Amino acid sequence: MIAEAGLAALWLAAAMALMQLVLAALGLRMGRGVLPDAPGSDRADGAGETAAQLIAGVRPVAIVQGVLAALSFVLLIWVFVVSDMSVQLVAANSHSAKPMVYKIAGAWGNHEGSMLLWVTVLALAGGAIAVLEKRLNVATLVATLGAQAAIALGFYAFLLFSSNPFTRLDPPAAEGQGLNPLLQDPGLAFHPPTLYFGYVGLSVAFSFAVGALVTRDVGPAFARAMRPWVLAAWVFLTIGITAGSYWAYYELGWGGWWFWDPVENASLMPWLAATALLHSVTVLATRDGLRAWTIMLAVVAFSMSMIGTFLVRSGILTSVHAFAVDPTRGSFILALLILYIGGALLLFGLRIGLVKQGSTFELVSREGGLVLNNLLLSVILGIVLIGTLYPIVAQAMGTQLSVGPPFFNKTTAPIALALFAAMAAGPLVRWRRDNAQALLGRLTVPIAVAALAMAAVFVFAPDAGVLPILGLGLSFGIAVASVAPLWKRDLRRTPLFTFGMVTAHLGIAVSMAGMASESAFTVERLVAVRPGQITQVGPFSVRFDGLRPAVGANWSAIEARLTVTRGDGAPLVLRPQSRFFSAPSTVTSEAAIATLFDGQLYTVLGASDEGGRWQLRLWWKPWVTLIWFGGGLIALGGALSLVGRVRRERRQPAAREAWQTAAA
Amino acid sequence: MKAKHQRLMLAGLGLVAVLGASGLALSALQDEAAFFYAPADVAAKAPPTDRAVRLGGMVEAGSIRPQPDGVSIAFVVGDGKARVPVTFSGIAPDLFKEGSGVVAEGRFRADGSFAADNLLAKHDERYMPPELAGKMAAAETLEQ
Repeated sequence: MIAEAGLAALWLAAAMALMQLVLAALGLRMGRGVLPDAPGSDRADGAGETAAQLIAGVRPVAIVQGVLAALSFVLLIWVFVVSDMSVQLVAANSHSAKPMVYKIAGAWGNHEGSMLLWVTVLALAGGAIAVLEKRLNVATLVATLGAQAAIALGFYAFLLFSSNPFTRLDPPAAEGQGLNPLLQDPGLAFHPPTLYFGYVGLSVAFSFAVGALVTRDVGPAFARAMRPWVLAAWVFLTIGITAGSYWAYYELGWGGWWFWDPVENASLMPWLAATALLHSVTVLATRDGLRAWTIMLAVVAFSMSMIGTFLVRSGILTSVHAFAVDPTRGSFILALLILYIGGALLLFGLRIGLVKQGSTFELVSREGGLVLNNLLLSVILGIVLIGTLYPIVAQAMGTQLSVGPPFFNKTTAPIALALFAAMAAGPLVRWRRDNAQALLGRLTVPIAVAALAMAAVFVFAPDAGVLPILGLGLSFGIAVASVAPLWKRDLRRTPLFTFGMVTAHLGIAVSMAGMASESAFTVERLVAVRPGQITQVGPFSVRFDGLRPAVGANWSAIEARLTVTRGDGAPLVLRPQSRFFSAPSTVTSEAAIATLFDGQLYTVLGASDEGGRWQLRLWWKPWVTLIWFGGGLIALGGALSLVGRVRRERRQPAAREAWQTAAA
Repeated sequence: MKAKHQRLMLAGLGLVAVLGASGLALSALQDEAAFFYAPADVAAKAPPTDRAVRLGGMVEAGSIRPQPDGVSIAFVVGDGKARVPVTFSGIAPDLFKEGSGVVAEGRFRADGSFAADNLLAKHDERYMPPELAGKMAAAETLEQ
């Protein structure tokens, strides 16, 4: 019964989405020129009243849609929790002996469940807009909710017609097939939902852009309504990428933190677009500039999250993320992608000429800096997109090839360094116009710090390589430049979003220092050792003490014991394992990692040979933890900005309304 | 500067950025894309030795030989038509075994053997590199 109830809730949610779209479209059509907020009208007649009634229905319907979708998702979790093996999805992806947290996480650790999560978050976001957004022009808000419903409808259709998560199995399976052991990790419980919140947040930004295009109401009010959603999406994407990177680092046992895997790129591309959007929306909200560009970026950002979903979910790529191998599903998502992106671009082409020109600015100004930021981000985005799609295109033309780290590192790293240098200067430039010489004066200290740091690295580690030396040096300069906006300011009167910006930029510097240090100073040893043998890696000596068996809830393992000492310090014990999972039958390596203040020692146990030797792979990665610590700072900065912006908006309703009256 | 000019200039800059990115990406792809080879391709035409490529096929039964250093192995990748000797130093993936599929990343040597710096094997029964899925199906047909 639970599964049927879930399916019914899903159908009802889809019906609500359809109703939301129809109400919004009809209301806007009938109310054209008569809605109180619509530009240039004060007519009030019968048509206006009907339109107002239709439009009044949009908000409640959006809320009900959100509740129904959430109910459906909760019921799916329920059938996973009780291990109802008569549901096909549970039988294929779960196992009654699995720990509870993985039963729950298993609900979205598969294609159907993850798509249901996607649409649930989408519907909840629509409901949240309906409840929370009170300041935006009503016509724009209704158009936004209509666009949101149109997106949701596509995904409901996808779920109901080609990926029903509630399909019954007759007769029921005796036992489930289990969840891929690589996915049986606490990271899994949070990683996909986090990324989905990000993707869906961008869909909200997209809906706002479509709504604004429909009503031609592109201005600071629209930008302020959209900004919290962009910020929230960006924070979630940042957390998702950072967590995904750390997951790949410790779970795969390859010692790398970013592989330029297409699936990683699928999450990076929306992040790059969202980062650009985040900065251009600020120009639109503060200075009423970059109108068309901001709308375009919102379309691009959502397109990237759709492309990401398509790449990951269509089965066109193979990795732990690609659950679906059914080609009809890929075609379905591709059709949705073309429909939405094509539709949005068409609307953009038809309407953008009608949107009034925003304010202008000088080349050397905060706006100019943000344009530079946007251009460089777009270039990186373009390169990553081409590199990710090229193998797929080549395969369609009959050539099999792959594009990996050599390509991406060579092309994106120099541009990223330029971007980070521009980022250091950006916050120190004044809005509208500034003096280049005065700017250079403000940058003296950061430039000096960067130059000194580069020189120091070059003296102490001349073999580090050009990019790591530049990267390490720049990261010190950026760290100084990013806190410079707080210099000589009364910190108690500094707005929270300024702290947010400072924190996020500082996070970039910290993360970059970690990346540069990891790529320049990592020491790697690959050895075959007998018990008692000692291996030196970096400043550590690692003694292989021997092996013993170990067991967990649904696995057994061989576990090595390594005693690690550094100089005269107290010894540490590390226990890397080779795990055997019974359901499904799989072997995985569990790396053992010692986290120290200045880096991590990473150990992996390999196979044994006939002579009783065991393979060990050891890495000493100085300051590698800064990569994820920086990622955390970036996300924290975004969250601070979000809170700061929302608080300021709440505190200044009068100013806002005054602005709206003036604009009308 | 007039508003219209500014909009045109920004659009122009955007276009330059996109074209620049495409140009840079496509030129770098010429050098850095790793082409995929099956043993039969290698037999038909000598592969390049100056760039990173991928070699995919089946690990031949009985071909895995551990080397004296304890951390290297030598094995043979075949596809029913041709065979390529491969050497690899490192910890082989958990599902790397004889009679199963593998994709090796690395370079060909002048003598036609392959020096792998990374091995990709099946993650689990549901995962298989797409290049391999086709070859495996072909190999199974051959065996019957």
